[in-house]
Amino acid sequence: MLTYTIRRLVLAIPTLLFISLVIFLLLELAPGDPMAQVPLTVPPDVKEKMRLALGLGEPTHIRFVKWMWQFFVVEPMMFIDWLFGTALAEGQQRVLSWQFRSPVMDVVVQRMPQTLWVVAMSYVVGILIALPIGIYSAYRQYSVFDQTGTFITMVGYSVPPFFSGVLVIVIFSVQLGWLPSIYDTTLVVVDWQTFKLQLMQMVMPVMVLALQTTAQISRFMRASMLDNLNQDYVRTARAKGLSEWSVVMVHVLRNSMIPVITVIALGVPSIFGGAIITEQIFKVNGLGQLLITAIQANDLPMVQTVTFIIAVLIVFFNIIADVLYGVLDPRIRYD
Amino acid sequence: MTLKSLLLGATAATSLASVAMAERGADGHVNLIYWQAPSIMNPYLSGGTKEVEAASLVIEPLGRYNTKGEMIPYLAEEIPTVENGGVSEDLTSITWKIKPGILWSDGTPFTATDVKFTAEYCMHPEGGCAQLGKYEGVESVEVIDDLTVKVNFSQPTPVPYGPFMGGQAPIIQAAQFAECLGPKAPECTDANFSPIGTGPFTVDEFRPNDVISLSANPNYRDPAKPRFATMTFKGGGDATAAGRAVLETGEFDYAWNLQLAPDVIANMEAAGKGVAMSAFGTLVERIEMNMTDPSPDLPEGERATAKHPHPILTDIRVRQALSMAIDRELLVEVGYGKAGRATCNLVPAPEIFASDNTDCLVQDIEGAKALLEEAGWTVGGDGIREKDGKKLSLLYQTSTNAVRQDFQALIKQWWSEIGVETELRNISASVFFGSDPGSPDTFPKFYSDVEMYANNFDGTDPQSYLAGYTCNKAPRPETQWQGENINRFCDPAYDELIKELGRTAELDKRAEIAKTLNDMLTKDSYTIVPLVDRGRVSARSNTLGGVELNTWDTELWNAADWFRIK
Amino acid sequence: MTETPKPIAALADTGPTAPPRSQWRDVWDQFKSHRGALAGGVILVLIIVAVFIGPHVWPYDATFIDIRARNQGPSWAHPFGTDQLGRDTLARMMAGGQTSIAVGLTAMLLALVLGSLVGVLAGFFRRLDGPLMRLTDLFLSLPLLPLLLVMVLLFREALNGTFGPERGIFILIVVAIGVTSWMPTARIVRGDVLALKEREFILAARSIGTTNFGLITRHILPNVMSPIMVSATLGIANAIITESALSFLGLGFPPDFPTWGRLLNDATQYLQDYPERVFWPGLGISLTVLSINYMGDGLRDALDPRIRGR
Repeated sequence: MLTYTIRRLVLAIPTLLFISLVIFLLLELAPGDPMAQVPLTVPPDVKEKMRLALGLGEPTHIRFVKWMWQFFVVEPMMFIDWLFGTALAEGQQRVLSWQFRSPVMDVVVQRMPQTLWVVAMSYVVGILIALPIGIYSAYRQYSVFDQTGTFITMVGYSVPPFFSGVLVIVIFSVQLGWLPSIYDTTLVVVDWQTFKLQLMQMVMPVMVLALQTTAQISRFMRASMLDNLNQDYVRTARAKGLSEWSVVMVHVLRNSMIPVITVIALGVPSIFGGAIITEQIFKVNGLGQLLITAIQANDLPMVQTVTFIIAVLIVFFNIIADVLYGVLDPRIRYD
Repeated sequence: MTLKSLLLGATAATSLASVAMAERGADGHVNLIYWQAPSIMNPYLSGGTKEVEAASLVIEPLGRYNTKGEMIPYLAEEIPTVENGGVSEDLTSITWKIKPGILWSDGTPFTATDVKFTAEYCMHPEGGCAQLGKYEGVESVEVIDDLTVKVNFSQPTPVPYGPFMGGQAPIIQAAQFAECLGPKAPECTDANFSPIGTGPFTVDEFRPNDVISLSANPNYRDPAKPRFATMTFKGGGDATAAGRAVLETGEFDYAWNLQLAPDVIANMEAAGKGVAMSAFGTLVERIEMNMTDPSPDLPEGERATAKHPHPILTDIRVRQALSMAIDRELLVEVGYGKAGRATCNLVPAPEIFASDNTDCLVQDIEGAKALLEEAGWTVGGDGIREKDGKKLSLLYQTSTNAVRQDFQALIKQWWSEIGVETELRNISASVFFGSDPGSPDTFPKFYSDVEMYANNFDGTDPQSYLAGYTCNKAPRPETQWQGENINRFCDPAYDELIKELGRTAELDKRAEIAKTLNDMLTKDSYTIVPLVDRGRVSARSNTLGGVELNTWDTELWNAADWFRIK
Repeated sequence: MTETPKPIAALADTGPTAPPRSQWRDVWDQFKSHRGALAGGVILVLIIVAVFIGPHVWPYDATFIDIRARNQGPSWAHPFGTDQLGRDTLARMMAGGQTSIAVGLTAMLLALVLGSLVGVLAGFFRRLDGPLMRLTDLFLSLPLLPLLLVMVLLFREALNGTFGPERGIFILIVVAIGVTSWMPTARIVRGDVLALKEREFILAARSIGTTNFGLITRHILPNVMSPIMVSATLGIANAIITESALSFLGLGFPPDFPTWGRLLNDATQYLQDYPERVFWPGLGISLTVLSINYMGDGLRDALDPRIRGR
């Protein structure tokens, strides 16, 4: 297992380099112009000069090598400098955003708190709600609980957040006036009062997002449990006189986790991709909003860097999922 | 009725409040929401409206335009003119006198050196300055003394108010930006995010594309202003949410540019937490006719170039018929409400430059049909007109925007009534308004028959705006598809008149020429079919006083005068 | 003399009395007796009939603008009301349903087939696992929006030329959604196959000489049916919403072409003033997804021999 993990991690390096190249070429090929948001009153020749100042005059391969150097060498050095107070990256050009003219990584770090508070929290909440629902729905298939759960999760999943988000704002912010409709990213939690404020501004976006996660994961959990509940080993376990709890929660659950683990692992990187629409509706301004505004502004260094970070997470979490398969089901052999 | 009484109440409260306490920072905190978030505080590096507006809270120009479009001095003693001797008789130089005693927010004095530096910063050949257009024709900037600065132009310039005038050309501090010239400009992140300024506020924290925290400038020239001690400038979301936060929930005090359907705004206002204000500038939503053939059958490089005139639209009768079929008043009612006015002019304002052209305002379906008949287009079997076996069928593109899509649907219906078939296409704004020469969907490339968008000009003089329609400014492969003359309109008489405008200094004469040029593009040739003169709608809460919506400069031009209505 | 023992009647072999039944017949019988599946099927058929036959019966055209009748509530002339330009909402729901259901179903099927194929191949053949899963990682990593922009840029004109504007865009959208949404299915199926192929019954089947093809189609696929079914139900909702996002960005159908996703999106702005306008497209999408979900449940149960006949 350890050798397998190490081999996969080593193999991940060329994979990621290749992915970074493909992303770069894709962004090059995509139509778009970083000057699209500059007002039409700015004359075209001025725009051309601005493009040259961004470095767009240089050929593609040079810009790619530059980005690689800045991302893989300068940025880690910056990190080391920050950790130990050294000055390795002194005077080195970092990956600069075209929109902000500031280092991309600084903005990414700045966006982490709200992304973790809202998007990651909603994912955790979603999973915590989904697993019991999925398990119990399968255990009591076609009971009232199962039917209601199915109905709510499916309706919840088919109603997109651009609608459900606005709906909860209209109800809870406009009509009832209980919750703020705009997320304050400058709020720092220091005491009970600010913690309460933070909870109040989090609750709507977290619930809207959690609804989607819950729907997805509970359906996979339910289906997978159903597959396993009728297996022979379950009958054997019951015949052995094991308690119903340990039959379901230990034996069946463990064997049912493989697709669920896959889905959960697939979803983790998308936390860092943010939740574009929900973030926009609640003005959370996390990584999702950062990415989408960068795409709209054709801020290629920003898009390239953020998508590459997400790619790293995707590859990494897929390795974790693969390793977990082996833990859950020792029969799965990799070598 | 209710609106009026509210406004009256507000004015009454104004006079009372200003007497009661006139002290800096007395009114606490104010919240602004811009649904497009500013990405930088240096308008020279971005040029976007949102950045110019946000920066105008901190850095100021020598003079601004007020709500009527008149020039008023800010950091300057007065606006230089030929009459007061500030502008030389031969129109080649302008001399600005700076108000004495102005301090930067860090306490150092503001001098003519800063003004000269600002010009150097923007005119640096490798800087990629977004406002370079403002400094066009500037030969040199001389410091006469600490409080006097002279701008020399390379040729007579009738309107020398490009540099240092208006929100797009504010003065930055020489000391702070000294190391940031040219290619080094983007590396000065701290300076770009929190410039030192002379304006009413200073930046405490700038989070790009998210939120700006500001506080009152301790060294602002008027000791009683600004009335607010702190300000939060939140960005992001969409126009609906911004309107809701001000008008319905009252969480915010000011919302910028509410591009929303009129009935949506009216319903939001009904909640009674705030009011929507509107003002008109020079922004005109228009349909542009393609004078060249965009057919995909033509080889790349010849498609949509002057080599192949448009097979249908080169006939002025067709263009006129298309214009006549449109009911502009209805478009205004559906799309803009009180924030729009039907117009037939490319230059709708200032008043002196606006032509008295109103022929297009009345829809005339029958007249349009007759014109098409006259042009030889007869109704075919499926209700679509044909001529020589060719169908009168047009591709109509615009950017993605709810109001524009409603306009497309309405105009398509009117055109179908006169027997014109229309295929609609909408394109994401980030592609459409870009000019990536590799993309077929940009507006200058114009790979469609007609397209719709809005444009305006900075300041109050339309010269450079109208000069965009000369023959040599047509986008074509040789220019990497860059150029303002996206119709590929070409008329030697027009080019000649533009040159004359550049030589004329007298305001009345200039207005005369500008009107003729406007008419040549609109009612004489129907190359450009103006639809709606679009105003700006912004909302303020009932407790925010002193707001005067300005379309000639930034909306936040008088933020120093804002106060809380108690 | 030894008596030949009289055969015991009960032990005698009798020919089968009932005619032989195919597996699929059993599946169908089971499916029929699943009330949820039946109800789902009936509703889906009703929706499909309504949106495809309806426009021929209903007098209003989906794109016809009657500007005097805008923002109307439900009435006899317009049972679902009208929108901000006075277009009949019922007509738009029907026209929109055609596109949304067609796009949703085809894109979902495409993603499902691609995903299951990649998943089964990767899980079953160890040599393919590495390359196919790295490909999946690559597709998961590509930013969706630029990818779609590139696809539109490269293929729109070519497809328009070959298939005509409407069908060309349809193919483009279906392929775009399908190609960008098969990856989760592939990974889920692969995970299940990895575990399945080590089970005893696969070993047993292999030992009697079943070919790989037989193993996959007869033993592996039926056992990974349930995650595939769940992917299908989630996928159709996804496809309908993604289509609206594409059209909204100007990458999809022309702007006057209604679809459920677009109707829902447009109506959200009017949520407070005309709440009934968001109701219909929301209902359309939810009903379609729910009915497919129940049909998926029924099919899953029907395919499980342990439940069958219960």
